[in-house]
Amino acid sequence: MERIHIHHSGYEIKQGRIVQIKELTAHEKLFRIVLPHGEILDQDPGQFVEVSLFGVGEAPISVCSSPTQFEDFELCVRKAGRFTEALHQLKVGDEIGIRGPFGVGFPIVPLEGNDVLLIAGGLGIAPLRSLIKFIIDNRRMFGKVSILLGCRDPQSMLFADELDDWARRIDLQFLCSIDKAAPEWGGHVGYINQLIPGVTLDPLKTFAVACGPPVMYRSVVDELLKKGFTDDRIYLSLERHMKCGLGKCGHCQIHDIYCCQDGPVFSYSKLKTMKGAI
Amino acid sequence: MSQVLLAKSNMPALVKFLAARQKVVAPVKVDKDHYKFEEVTSFEEMSLDYIPTILPPKKYYMPQHETLLTYDTSNGQSMEAIVEVEELVLFGVHTCDLAGTQCLNVVFSDRPRDIHYLIRKTHFTLIGIECTDYCDEYANCAMMRNHLPKGGYDIFLSDIGDYYYVDVSTDKGDQIVAHSGLFEPVRADAEKGLSEMRERKKQIFKSEVPIRYQDIPRLFEETFESDVWHQLGDRCVSCGNCTNVCPTCYCFDVIDEPELDATKGRRYRVWDSCQNEDFAKIAGGESFREHRYDRKRHRFNRKFRYPMERYNRVFCVGCGRCSRSCMAKINLKETINALIEERG
Repeated sequence: MERIHIHHSGYEIKQGRIVQIKELTAHEKLFRIVLPHGEILDQDPGQFVEVSLFGVGEAPISVCSSPTQFEDFELCVRKAGRFTEALHQLKVGDEIGIRGPFGVGFPIVPLEGNDVLLIAGGLGIAPLRSLIKFIIDNRRMFGKVSILLGCRDPQSMLFADELDDWARRIDLQFLCSIDKAAPEWGGHVGYINQLIPGVTLDPLKTFAVACGPPVMYRSVVDELLKKGFTDDRIYLSLERHMKCGLGKCGHCQIHDIYCCQDGPVFSYSKLKTMKGAI
Repeated sequence: MSQVLLAKSNMPALVKFLAARQKVVAPVKVDKDHYKFEEVTSFEEMSLDYIPTILPPKKYYMPQHETLLTYDTSNGQSMEAIVEVEELVLFGVHTCDLAGTQCLNVVFSDRPRDIHYLIRKTHFTLIGIECTDYCDEYANCAMMRNHLPKGGYDIFLSDIGDYYYVDVSTDKGDQIVAHSGLFEPVRADAEKGLSEMRERKKQIFKSEVPIRYQDIPRLFEETFESDVWHQLGDRCVSCGNCTNVCPTCYCFDVIDEPELDATKGRRYRVWDSCQNEDFAKIAGGESFREHRYDRKRHRFNRKFRYPMERYNRVFCVGCGRCSRSCMAKINLKETINALIEERG
């Protein structure tokens, strides 16, 4: 068997370098990455990259920084298995492989000029942060912006210092809820869908964008529909096992779509036609 | 595009001619009911009267283990992408398997293209052969309209008695005809022989299941919640035989294999199966097709419905391998019949 060396294979990685690591919680770290030769990632909010460590493997990780941050990008990684445990071992200066960005991110174009309701549950704040930061950096493009965040408990809250900033800003409405009452927590207690009825908005000029664990979507969508949102004004980011990122390997397939290429962000009008999608 | 004749008595000479120039793989008998594609150097080693091989030609197009890149972590993350290729003649490929490679071509040519697959296939020469009768009761090739040639070959052989009627459809095929000196011009009686053979086939090959080709995707859409899937789920053992032997199943996993020094190694892809429990599992442990019935239903829909929406093509070619190899005797024709019956 002859071996031919090729370029432009979809599996080639770029050598990313870690320039900063922040411990967000006991389980999540934030990595700041630069690409070689000052190349910019050029991602849309909500897109993901395949992160690779040769000898360990590869995993899809959402970019959690905004494309308005040109010089580098950020990945929020939860320790959840062999690969992410290896990532957590890395130090500033270490290299990681990057492929991508992949997929269709949050719908920036339709969102412009509209009010936006952003709903994040748990680790879902990481991908959604790319959109929140994009909106903050382009604040004039959007109308009223509301952010709802749901967490298990105060200890698992990601980006705590940024959340304080969002809560203080006059151009954002920020509401946060934790699943179960905890000492020293003066805010809302309950699941995130319970925050939705209390938000004042006009569903005809608002888009809802949600990102969170699969179990959250059913209840969130129900509340949004009750609130008067039409299916095409609700966007959800799906979590699937995007192995190749190239629409081939089949792991992330739902019906005829590949989440890695056609998603991960879909309108609810598309998702409701695919049984088992949410 | 041209047509010539090949005397059957010239087949040994043709194989010898080809094998002298590159590797030739052809169906070879394993035991009473089993055949496989394997390297041959002479016509005598082949069994051209064969039922579908255990594995389809997919094993050459997307090898079960295929190196994508080699890496070196001694100084960061460096790598070199590679394709493993070899010049290969696939000899005696049935029309169902030609249709199977066409499906794979469609998938890997769809953007973003798979350069590894696309480069490898340019090194292949395909010599197809026409079936004049059913392989066995498992085949559903007429239903999928694959009992007749629909391209996808360089040279195609149709049995008309002492001769093969030969369709030469590419320059690659033409080179073989020109340089081997074994082919003859078409005579009028050969044209007649071909049309008589095709007429006979019309009497033999009839849609094996009472449904029109164009109505198949709708059947699967309308029976998504059918109890038939639960019945299959109760029987399926999730062994993945059906996906391994399927000419159009292309799902894979990507795995790193370090060398002993743990700094160098290769990243390769390996056949995977949507029938495996872990296939659609995500990092948190949640599986999106946790139940066997759901995975079985996914596979059937991935053959008969979803690719119609994505690639405008049904991805079952009618070879019957899934039914032949199923440990639980799940039968494709019976399943479709049951769906039709339940829908009414």
